[in-house]
Amino acid sequence: MRVVLAALLLAFPAAPAFAQVDVSGAWASLYHEDLPERLPGPELGDYMGLPINDAARLRGDSYDADRISIVQEYQCRPHGGDYQMRGLSNMRIDPVLDPVTQQLVAWHTRMGFQEMERTIWMDGRPHPDDMAPHTWSGFSTGTWQNNMLNVRTTHLKENYVRRNGIPRSANATFTEHWVRHGTYLTVTTVITDPALLTEPLVRSQTWVLDPGQRMGRDICEYGDEVPRERRDYVPNHLPGTNPFLHEVADWYGLPFEATRGGAETLYPEYRSKMPKPEKPKLVCERYCTCGVGANAVCLLAPTAPRPR
Amino acid sequence: MMRMVSALGLVAILCAVTAAQQSEAPPLRVYPVQGAVSVIAGAGGNVVVQNGKDGTLLVDTGLAASAGPLAAEVRARYRGAVLWIVNTHLHPDHVGGNDAFAQADGRKPLDFLGARFDGTQPLKIIAHSNVLARLASAANGPRLSDAGLPRDEYATPFKDLRFNDEPVVLHHEPRAHTDGDTIVYFPKSDVVVAGDIFTPGGYPFIDVANGGSVAGEIAALNHILDLTVPGHTQEGGTSVVPGHGRLCDEADVVEYRDMVVIVRDRVQDLIKKGMTLDQVQAAAPSRDYDSEYVTAASFVKGADFVAAVYRSLTAK
Repeated sequence: MRVVLAALLLAFPAAPAFAQVDVSGAWASLYHEDLPERLPGPELGDYMGLPINDAARLRGDSYDADRISIVQEYQCRPHGGDYQMRGLSNMRIDPVLDPVTQQLVAWHTRMGFQEMERTIWMDGRPHPDDMAPHTWSGFSTGTWQNNMLNVRTTHLKENYVRRNGIPRSANATFTEHWVRHGTYLTVTTVITDPALLTEPLVRSQTWVLDPGQRMGRDICEYGDEVPRERRDYVPNHLPGTNPFLHEVADWYGLPFEATRGGAETLYPEYRSKMPKPEKPKLVCERYCTCGVGANAVCLLAPTAPRPR
Repeated sequence: MMRMVSALGLVAILCAVTAAQQSEAPPLRVYPVQGAVSVIAGAGGNVVVQNGKDGTLLVDTGLAASAGPLAAEVRARYRGAVLWIVNTHLHPDHVGGNDAFAQADGRKPLDFLGARFDGTQPLKIIAHSNVLARLASAANGPRLSDAGLPRDEYATPFKDLRFNDEPVVLHHEPRAHTDGDTIVYFPKSDVVVAGDIFTPGGYPFIDVANGGSVAGEIAALNHILDLTVPGHTQEGGTSVVPGHGRLCDEADVVEYRDMVVIVRDRVQDLIKKGMTLDQVQAAAPSRDYDSEYVTAASFVKGADFVAAVYRSLTAK
């Protein structure tokens, strides 16, 4: 009996407290989900599948891509914490252990692009209050739910949900659900933004373990890309004047209304009631093989010159 | 004059509301910023403290109603006397505690030559001369005693001093949120105190009646961006303490400056089309920012911000 009891006592400290899974290691991103949006980048005016409100839509319509060149402070900005997992970058995850107890204190992630880093605190600490600075990655805490790591993030700097000017406010928060299946890691992100979204935006990203990976530096230095004529100049389109908003509908043969986004465009039912396209396409002309089969390269078709 | 009085009335109402809220508000909250600089929230506007071997320098003094708790907090937490106060502008949620600190300073015993027994200098209260002029004018009412007025005024583009082994640089920002705004730069601590030129999460209160303008507001925000140097991945580095709200850095000021410029561009365009203020407000040119910059408790609503931009662009 004593032997059994001793064996049990020895076994308990070594067992994970809450069915923890080790997510550490080097990971390579798989881009099969939303590939054209993530690699070549989204088209201007494409707001499909985003539950945006009118405010976010107008912000997108006002967006002039020169802004990220002329406003030099934008040039070296990393993605926000909610977008980091979607960007073009590999990732390394390290555990942060208490040096004495060897208990997990946090997960630390690092991306190759712009050297983005996050710390996901696992030690039960509270989130800071409303006076604390906001950061690109935000303040993250994690808890285990069986084999799933649930992460809650607050204190974000303003950033974007799509890289065509659709913003995400500094009031937003997001939760993530990390699930590891062998050599695959799937992260589902749920963004809540009371200022700019009418309902949560749910997206997922998948990674594959890539143990041979090495991650170097990615040091960014801003420069004079486009002359800035006046110091009080920020490129933007006045309401109703952006000439590029119809491009995505025309190029892909889509109804313009559908490209304007909104919660309705998230759901399959929308296909049955959306209007007919103004200029239907009989054949694909743009990014036709993007993500098809094993093709991870997204190139514009040579027969489809980009209009200027 | 009517506009000035109404603007001040608006500020007075805000302060009364804020003061009423103070009685139910949680205690003052103190946060380290960087170096020798910390900030006290909950006294009205943010109160910034620079403290060291020489004593204490305050940037702004909050509401008069919060002056007692604020003075007690400063006494309890920071060694040495309050020897300098810098007022970033004239509004009562930033100068309201001047009297309390001045009266406490006036009670210190003097020797027969009029010098302090403890060897400290008398409290000096600094602000741009336009702040002193407006606070001392009859139109603004007797909000402060003579001792609480910023009588160490300056009228130059900048003024500097050294305190606690740190340069303290005061920059006048002409015709920004008012005509007497000062931003305070602590280069060794790497902190910029913006006053109400920058209020994250809320539109700027461009007090046109007190000399503010949207052009000056944008110029002042650009000047803050000139002073700030971000850290790794374009965040951190120089801290920016706003007049109200959370601690910030350069990236937050960039977003804010861009918002002000974009709304200014839209209002300017509508003015060029011949629209009146009512028509411009009806067009709601800030409608895509209102959900981010306006809450039920906001002092400046979207229509107020648009009106201030309109008035400053059409002022003769």
